[in-house]
Amino acid sequence: MYEALVVAGKEFRDGLRNRWVLAITLAFAVLAIALAWFGAAVSGEVGFTRVSTTIASLASLAVFLIPLIALMLAYDSIVGEDEQGTLLLLMTYPISRTALLGGKFMGHASILALSTFLGFGLAAAVIVMFDGDATVALLAGPFSLFIGSAILLGWAFLALAYLISVVAREKARAAGLALLVWFLFVLVYDLALLGLLVGTEGRVDDGLFRFLLLINPTDVFRLVNLTGFESVAEASGMLEVLARQQYSVVQLLSLMAGWVLIPLAIAAGLFRARRT
Amino acid sequence: MKAVVMEKLRREFGSLCALQGLDLSLEAGEVLGLLGHNGAGKSTAMKLILGVLAPTSGQVSVLGQNPRGHGAGRLRLQLGYLPENVSFYGNLTGREVLRYFARLKRVDARKVNQLLEQVGLEEAAGRRVRTYSKGMRQRLGLAQALLGHPRLLLLDEPTVGLDPMATRDVYATIDQLRGEGTAVILCSHVLPGVEKHVDRVAILGRGRLLAEGTMEELRQQAALPLTIHAHPAVADHDLRQRLDGRILSLEAGEDDDWVIQIRAEQKLPVMQELMKNSWLRDLSVETPTLETLYAHFDRQLNEGASHHV
Repeated sequence: MYEALVVAGKEFRDGLRNRWVLAITLAFAVLAIALAWFGAAVSGEVGFTRVSTTIASLASLAVFLIPLIALMLAYDSIVGEDEQGTLLLLMTYPISRTALLGGKFMGHASILALSTFLGFGLAAAVIVMFDGDATVALLAGPFSLFIGSAILLGWAFLALAYLISVVAREKARAAGLALLVWFLFVLVYDLALLGLLVGTEGRVDDGLFRFLLLINPTDVFRLVNLTGFESVAEASGMLEVLARQQYSVVQLLSLMAGWVLIPLAIAAGLFRARRT
Repeated sequence: MKAVVMEKLRREFGSLCALQGLDLSLEAGEVLGLLGHNGAGKSTAMKLILGVLAPTSGQVSVLGQNPRGHGAGRLRLQLGYLPENVSFYGNLTGREVLRYFARLKRVDARKVNQLLEQVGLEEAAGRRVRTYSKGMRQRLGLAQALLGHPRLLLLDEPTVGLDPMATRDVYATIDQLRGEGTAVILCSHVLPGVEKHVDRVAILGRGRLLAEGTMEELRQQAALPLTIHAHPAVADHDLRQRLDGRILSLEAGEDDDWVIQIRAEQKLPVMQELMKNSWLRDLSVETPTLETLYAHFDRQLNEGASHHV
């Protein structure tokens, strides 16, 4: 554990030095404030909109952005050390492969968690300060849930990035795989589901469809942030199928936690079995 | 206790046999030069000693322990390794990199500055490694290998990219460690200069040990001729006749001298004969260098291989 913490500390410092933390924090804060301000533009007015609308638009944006950032942050975590020659060196140190992978993940996970918290937290603070109707009491709940689930979403894709970086033998290939994963999970999957629904004229088994929605972490994330608000759920189309089922937030969050732990465990297993 | 013992050590990668039954050992305080062309099995041997790779068959014991056994974690605290190509973390400073490795090896942070000074990096310690030259990275790598005062040090091409002064510093460090009882394995292509600092040499080729021993033993084993330079090259028609039977060849060299090749045991008789000549101004004897020995054993391997084909 000591070794894992040393690695995590170094990885975190590297993240600060790379300005990853700063860049992600600023990106999230600016986007969140902009969305809150212009969210009502469609209805012809500019100004802070209802919290539920803000969260809904934030969620649809975050679902694209967070996986991409997480994959970019960590796709080269193991393969990069390999190409640098530091992996071979670290293997001669008193540290196990699991501790190395776990430590690096903890470092990246805290970078992501910190910047997500700071970025969206800053946005919430700005909204409270400048919007007369918004109070801390009103914002705290939805925003905490949003930030918490956003962190879990980031971690899930971080875990996938680790899986990629253990499997790929070249950095360039790992980058390609990371883009592919993003493309599949974020864009193609929902389109395919929609195609399935339309193609079968909605005669898909309800259980199967629900299962298909729940095995994609991005859909689970949307669900967490949309089902919290009745009005939003009604307007969110496909997810309405699930919204009516009323999964508890705890259930959905544990599903996302599974998306963090399972790919990470597979990555650790493959890494241990690797020859070099 | 021996620092390293390898017995019938064998490692295959699929159908490729990188190391075919290596028997080699190393005492504490001994410096072993491990030589061989690319793909000879040097890196594989090092990785087996470090416990990064498991042998296909055979045994390796490091400081009396199995490098992949239960006590491997504690054993690794006593090993130092400098890989051939390591670029470290570009965004961290030299001091931060060394501190990171020191923490992993549970070495006091105060040792870090001392080591940076020892390898001549104290000025650059606060700069990012990204800005370092190849030689500076190599020094940082060496500092890293010296963390925790290792009892066994494995250096893969430690002097590549270093200027002559820095190379001398590296060898001085090795000499000092040897005096303190550290066993050192030195892999190097840079042959001139190595020989003075190694106690023993092992030459690998195609996964086999071609030759092993002290420089003197290898010279005897190779039975390579000595070369005598006699200056100046005056016209002396009788010279060949007088030396006949004791020399292998005699010819005029490029530097106004006679170049005479002889067998090692004929050194004194031939030199005595030469000294009788009144024209002689200077005499020098050239023993086979590590470079010529290496070339000899390498040629033997290639000839052996071509016979099989």
